[in-house]
Parts: sequence; structure tokens; C-alpha cells
Amino acid sequence: MIEIDRLCKRFGPIVAVDDVSFSVARGEVLGFLGPNGAGKSTAMKIVAGFLAPDSGRALVCGLDVTEHGIEVKRRLGYMPEGAPSYNEMTPVTFLGFIASVRGFSGIEKHRAVDRAADMTRLGEVLNQPIETLSRGYKRRVGLAQALLHDPEVLILDEPTDGLDPNQKHEMRTLIRDMAPDKAILISTHLLEEVGAVCSRAVIIARGRVVADGTPAELEARSPNHNAVFVYAPPQTLRTLAPILRELDGVGEVEVGDDSLCARPREGCEVYDKIQVLVRQRNMLVSEVRLERGQLDDVFRAVTTGEALTGNAGAKAAED
Amino acid sequence: MGVMLAVFRREFVTYFVTPLAYVFIVIFLALAGTLTFFLGAFFDRGQADLQPFFSFHPWLYLLLVPAIAMRLWSEERKIGTIELLLTLPVSTTQAVLAKFLAAWAFTAIALALTFPLWLTVNYLGTPDNGVILASYIGSLIMAGAYLAVGACFSALTSNQVIAFVLAALVCLIFAVGGTPIVLEFFTGWAPAGVIDTIASLSFMSNFRAIARGVIDVSALVYFASVIAFFLFANVILVDLYKAR
Repeated sequence: MIEIDRLCKRFGPIVAVDDVSFSVARGEVLGFLGPNGAGKSTAMKIVAGFLAPDSGRALVCGLDVTEHGIEVKRRLGYMPEGAPSYNEMTPVTFLGFIASVRGFSGIEKHRAVDRAADMTRLGEVLNQPIETLSRGYKRRVGLAQALLHDPEVLILDEPTDGLDPNQKHEMRTLIRDMAPDKAILISTHLLEEVGAVCSRAVIIARGRVVADGTPAELEARSPNHNAVFVYAPPQTLRTLAPILRELDGVGEVEVGDDSLCARPREGCEVYDKIQVLVRQRNMLVSEVRLERGQLDDVFRAVTTGEALTGNAGAKAAED
Repeated sequence: MGVMLAVFRREFVTYFVTPLAYVFIVIFLALAGTLTFFLGAFFDRGQADLQPFFSFHPWLYLLLVPAIAMRLWSEERKIGTIELLLTLPVSTTQAVLAKFLAAWAFTAIALALTFPLWLTVNYLGTPDNGVILASYIGSLIMAGAYLAVGACFSALTSNQVIAFVLAALVCLIFAVGGTPIVLEFFTGWAPAGVIDTIASLSFMSNFRAIARGVIDVSALVYFASVIAFFLFANVILVDLYKAR
């Protein structure tokens, strides 16, 4: 539904988007990740038809956004960063305006406004000026505006930024509920969001795509992916460490004050072996835990170019 | 068409949602009245016409019309709604036209509210109402030219004050082009053709041509061209500067 092919955009000497390609299919929620200023918003503005790319192209529903701008804008719901809206209007007049621009009139218009207001639960504040609303409600007004015409393609720039945990949860539930019959592109710099709503994530840094995969695939690129943490008293750890180093499949063992971390060699699983070993030797340990890998680590590694340690690191460095 | 109507309506209603409309109308009427009766010596002239009223319009608009126009695009840029507006199925040209027309309709209302003056002259004597109607039409068209300049400069910056000052400055140049102050500066050394061109490019002289009571085609064409030129520039500036 969204296809981006070798997109480039520069602002003077700054390259905001550099050769970015990816696609989003129906039913997918693509998380567009990256540090602030990485070029996420610029790329989204190009897809939404607000900015023209310098080179490359963006297709929405098979239509080129620069050639068929108006047609694309009809099929697309877009919430710009910060969900700007006309502050002096009330949600109901604002949504009415959006509905008129989108070609709704009469009963249809009322229906569209009611539907969008229901979905985003704007009920109580429909007749209050937008400038008096809390940030959470303003964000919902912005979302309602993007959803009003039930678009096939939805682009949301930082939909949960600045919301409290409850509001974030609501926003994510809403996005997940809409996901099956739409193609959704959301940007965020919150990694928890990816696991919570996205079926795929693209990480972008300094305008370039540095990683593209499902949340699980990205986690697998963490240096601590499948590492085993053993929590025990210091003397136990001291006896355990050399034994683990000899164990088949274990790469590197790091001993800390109250825990040790055993990272497996590439493609090896050592959790069960370590469990068995600890039980056989009757060692006094409080916990043996398998680490799936933190997206944070992957994010930091791929966006700052920091060298990863361990086997998984070598794999990420090859990519 | 429906799209433009929606943008027009929103823009027009916005004037009345904020105090801007009421403040503007009150100031416009107060200034128009003051200038007509005191500086224009409406009663002392002893003539039943609105000439003193209309002769101040180029100066009145110089101050007030950029104030209406300054928010048209600056505000959208400042609060980021330009991104919302231009990602709706609206072309930049449609948005520029709809906003301009909304501001123009608003000035038309302010101008129409000066009708008590027209009632006054009709009560006091028997004026040539044809001339008055032509003057009103001319004044409205001239206001459109001022507005087009203002809208264009509003697209240039997200700062409304800068937009206002730039627009007022350019309007001033257009307004005084035909006055002796400017023309005398050129007489003596510039060829007569140049002086005539400068004079003919002024809002003032073209407005006077219409206000005489004959709808002067060349003056109409002149104002239409000014409006078209600045709206065209407006479209280009919006596209050029929308990304800040």
C-alpha cells in the first residue's frame, strides 16, 4: 500500500533523507524508528504529499505522490507531528471542516464526524474550543481528523508523544484495532511502542535505513540476545564461571557482583544446558534467566554506529 | 469547488470567532468616519458626495488591510496547521484563492458597514448615487489588491509582525506611486514615458479613475493584474517556504 523507493531529500547542505526504501502492506503496522532529527518526519511528509522528494519516489495505493498528489491525499489519513489543529475551533466544527474538505455533506458528514469522534472517544469535549483541551485530547482530535474518511493508508507522526501511560495505552489499542484492514505507518522514538503495536520496524539514522525487520528479528541483533543471566552469591559465581567457560556453545562469560552473564556462540542455545548444570551440581542460585535482547541496545548500536560486542554483534556489524 | 468553499467558510468564520473581526470593523469605521468628517471637511465642503470619504481609502487600507492579511499564512505556518491543510485533498492554488476570497469577503462586509455615510449624504442632498456605487466597487477592488499583497507576504514568514510590515511597505510603494511626492522626484531627469508608467502603476491614480464614476477598463485590468500577480507569487511562496 505504501512503497518508498530510493527516496532522497536535502535541505541545503543537510541530507534529511538519504536513499530510503521500504514498503508497508495492508494489515501491517510499520514502526518508523530513529533518534530525533533522523529524518523520520521528513520521510513521512514526503509520503503524505507535503514535501516533494529530490529523487526517488513514493507510491501510495500504487499512485505516485508527486504526480497524483490530490488523489493520494484523498486515500490517505495523515496526522502531522504534534497533531496541529485550528485552536479556535471546537472538535466538532474542526472535524466538520475536514469532512467538508474531504467531500462529505449532509447526513454522511454527520456520520463521518460521529464515527471519528466515537473511535477516538472525544464525546465529552466535542463542543469545547480545541485550545482549552489537554494534550491528550488534542492528540485525539488530530487522530480523529486522520481517521475521518476511513482511509486505507494511515500515517501518524509520533502519535503517542507526550501522552500519559493510560493515554498511550489507549492510542496503541486503537492503532492495533484498526490495523487488520489498513496499512499504517507510525513514527516514534519510543522502543516500547514497537513491541506494543508494530508488526515491523524500520530504524533510520542520519537519513539512512540502518535496520528493517520484525521486533523479534531486531531483538535478535542485540549483543545480549539469548544470553543467560545467573543470579547467585559471589563465591558461587566464582566457581560457576570457569565451568561455564568450558561448556559447549558458550562464548563469553562476564562476572558481576551478584550475577554473571553467559553469551552463547552464534546460533547456539545454552539456557537449558546451564539450567541442567546448575541443578546437577546443586548450586545455590536465586535465578537463571534467559535474555531475549533489549531493543534499546540494538537501537543504540545501529543508530550511533557503536561497535556491538559478542557474536550477535559481529552479525549486526556485517549487515 | 466544494473544497474551496469549505476552506473559504472556515477562514471566513474564523474572523468572527476571534475578536479580530470586531476590533477591525470598529477601528475601520471609526477611522473612516474621523477622516471623512475632520480631515476631509465633509460638512464644510457643502457638496452632497462621498469624495472626502473615498479619498482616504488608499491610506486607510494601507494600515488596516495588511492587518487582515497578515495571519492568512503566517499563522498556519506558526502553529503547523499548514501541514494539515496541504495534506488534505486541496491544491495550493485552491487554498490560496479560498483564503484570499475569505479575507476579501470580510473587507467587503467592513466596507458595506459604512452605509450610514451613504444614507447621510442622501438625507442631506441629492448625490450622484452612480458615482458612489462606482466608488464603492473601486474601493473594494483596490482592497483586493492590498489584500493580495498582504497574503503574499504572509506566506513568506511565520512571523505576523514581519508579514504586516513588509506588506504595508510594499502597499505604500504602490499607493504613493502616483502622488506628487514620488513623481516630482523623477521629473526633470526621467523621460516622460517613465513618469507616466510610474503614475499609472499606482493604486491611487487607478482608484481615482474608477471613483470618478466611469468604470475605467484599464484601471480594472490594472487591479486584476496586481491581484493575479501577487496571488500567483503567493502560491509559489507557500510551496517554497512551507517546510520552513
